[in-house]
Amino acid sequence: MSIRERLSGNEATAIAMKQINPDVVAAFPITPSTEIPQYFSTFVANGDVDTEFVAVESEHSAMSATIGASAAGGRAMTATSANGLSLMWEMIYIASSLRLPIVMALVNRAVSGPLNIHNDHSDAMGVRDAGWIMLFSENNQEAYDNMLMAHRIAEHKDVLLPVMVCQDGFITSHSIENIELENDEDVKKFVGEYKPQHYLLNADEPIAVGPLDLQGYLFEHKAQQADAMRAAKNVIKEVSADFEKWTGRKYDFFEEYKLSDAEVAIVCMNSTAGTTKAVVDDLREKGVKAGLLKVRMYRPFPAEEIAEALSHLKAVAVLDKSDSLNAAGGALFEDVTSAMYVNERYVPMVNYVYGIGGRDTTEKQLESVFLDLVEIAQVQNVDNPYRYLGLRKGEN
Amino acid sequence: MAYDLKDVVANKPSRFTEGHRMCAGCGAPVVGRMIMRALKPEDHAVVTNATGCMEVSTFIYPYTAWTDSFIHTAFECAGATASGTEAAYKAMKRQGKLPADKDTKFIAFGGDGGTYDIGLQSLSGAMERGHDMVYVCYDNGAYMNTGIQRSSATPQFADTTTSPAGKVIPGKMQPRKDLAKIMVGHHIPYVAQTLAMTNFKDLYEKSEKAFYTEGAAFLNVLAPCPRGWGYPTEDLMKINKLAADTCYWPLYEVVDGKYKITYKPAKKLPIEEFLRPQKRFRHMFKEGNEWMIEEFQKEVDARWQELLDLEEITNR
Repeated sequence: MSIRERLSGNEATAIAMKQINPDVVAAFPITPSTEIPQYFSTFVANGDVDTEFVAVESEHSAMSATIGASAAGGRAMTATSANGLSLMWEMIYIASSLRLPIVMALVNRAVSGPLNIHNDHSDAMGVRDAGWIMLFSENNQEAYDNMLMAHRIAEHKDVLLPVMVCQDGFITSHSIENIELENDEDVKKFVGEYKPQHYLLNADEPIAVGPLDLQGYLFEHKAQQADAMRAAKNVIKEVSADFEKWTGRKYDFFEEYKLSDAEVAIVCMNSTAGTTKAVVDDLREKGVKAGLLKVRMYRPFPAEEIAEALSHLKAVAVLDKSDSLNAAGGALFEDVTSAMYVNERYVPMVNYVYGIGGRDTTEKQLESVFLDLVEIAQVQNVDNPYRYLGLRKGEN
Repeated sequence: MAYDLKDVVANKPSRFTEGHRMCAGCGAPVVGRMIMRALKPEDHAVVTNATGCMEVSTFIYPYTAWTDSFIHTAFECAGATASGTEAAYKAMKRQGKLPADKDTKFIAFGGDGGTYDIGLQSLSGAMERGHDMVYVCYDNGAYMNTGIQRSSATPQFADTTTSPAGKVIPGKMQPRKDLAKIMVGHHIPYVAQTLAMTNFKDLYEKSEKAFYTEGAAFLNVLAPCPRGWGYPTEDLMKINKLAADTCYWPLYEVVDGKYKITYKPAKKLPIEEFLRPQKRFRHMFKEGNEWMIEEFQKEVDARWQELLDLEEITNR
């Protein structure tokens, strides 16, 4: 039986971590994810968990200690945002290359500079090719649910990769919404006990981790990481199916919202999907066949499936909450357009960079995107595919 | 039982074994091997190694020279990585996930680059949090792995590839950082400075104390580098002895804040004795550069006197 509650996204994440009861949490405060280690250290102080909480002196050390704990054989978790992730960057790659099933909550925030503490996805986009599984969450319920599924995915023998559960800073991390929590016993059963195969603390089988890996080996080891990322797709599907059986809440690689009969659609991630759903409903009433594809699983990227799901549309807009500053387009746009090209699907596509540094994204703005799409659908031509949404005119 | 080198070498397993690729005449494997011998044979160890000479020469895939569990992650984070391994041990032991009758000890090795410089923050954090671990800095006084660049452990006037003895600037102009003192400032239960000398007694006993003192312990161990210092490989032990006898590298320990100098040379030798056999100080012996030797001697004398004072003050 689920428990109805009202929680912020950070609280929901911290409660998921409490229910998972990991061996080690090592974290450092950074807005807007600070509350996660804050709530969690209260659980530790009150004896609600068996966890060793390591209040490290930086995010670089947070990830280093998490790696040490995970290699040692413990279930290890952390949380961060923006510059915290930037400081971890070196260790992010090392975590995945050591094939450690670490789980991290990433509360998305703009990466400096200049300094800005509000939401966009520039932090996550900076590590998109670092070998982590990346799940995005529209609201606090999804942040909680993704967290409950994360260890099952990360620790699966075909995967053994770290997982990052993303949600939007402040927008969902600090907003209180209704949520359905599962009870502790059921979570424990679903997540299961972690039984590492090889680990540093096994005195009967000492191992060495993190070698100098030269020309004769690194290529193959990287290819094994790539294989694991491919294998993760099936595992994510299986774990999501089990989760649905348990909770009734359905998760797929992406969510299709009124997409099957749509003519124009938006592709986006995290909380903007919620606003887009409201706009889709509104436009449907006005006779516009609008739809949404919300990416949940960004890494591995479901290229083939997305290409298939978008193939019937007359025009598509991909919304990037991070500017790649490459004079070509945002990261999600490039992923989606390459998916279409490689799978031989052609639909006119346009990219909107939006919401940078926490700039509010309104229903009106999203409606304007759909209206642009209706026009593109008619002329079947995109003269400028790299656009901005919500940018004040004359200042760029 | 009194320390007996023959007994230790004959009866305690070498846990850092042959086959590694460190240079002949390098001080690091000599101290690393002896430190590991100070573990009780029945104890398991998790060794963390910062990136550096020791790491890249002892664990080249698919070979390892370590018989215990070993982890290397990156250059600046041996302190934090070891913290994580120790935290997992505590949590797992508490929950009965590990055998109750088996102890694991945690040890981190870093060179002076990975410890005095880029890894100082990570080390400071680990020591302040009081993890039950030993951090060993094997100090060879420069970034030797990348080709002899100056670090904050490099002695004044030393010729390195980023503090070359030039026509205008005669080597590194700043005196070296006193890392052991920084560690003492963390108020951890055990800090010691040592090197491999005569029968290794000082090194062995300090390692043993460091391992079996509960909480964070720090060892600063001199590890000469024949390539960086410019001495014949067979002279390693001579150089070590001169470092101790000139008081360039005082041997002491600080137990719960109390200083104890563990080696006071019967006759304190002039610093030239230590400097002369090393090519990195060659320019100091050119005519007109006598002031450099004088200045170096002054610095060594002041530090030695300060240590004598600290020993007196903290034992009053």
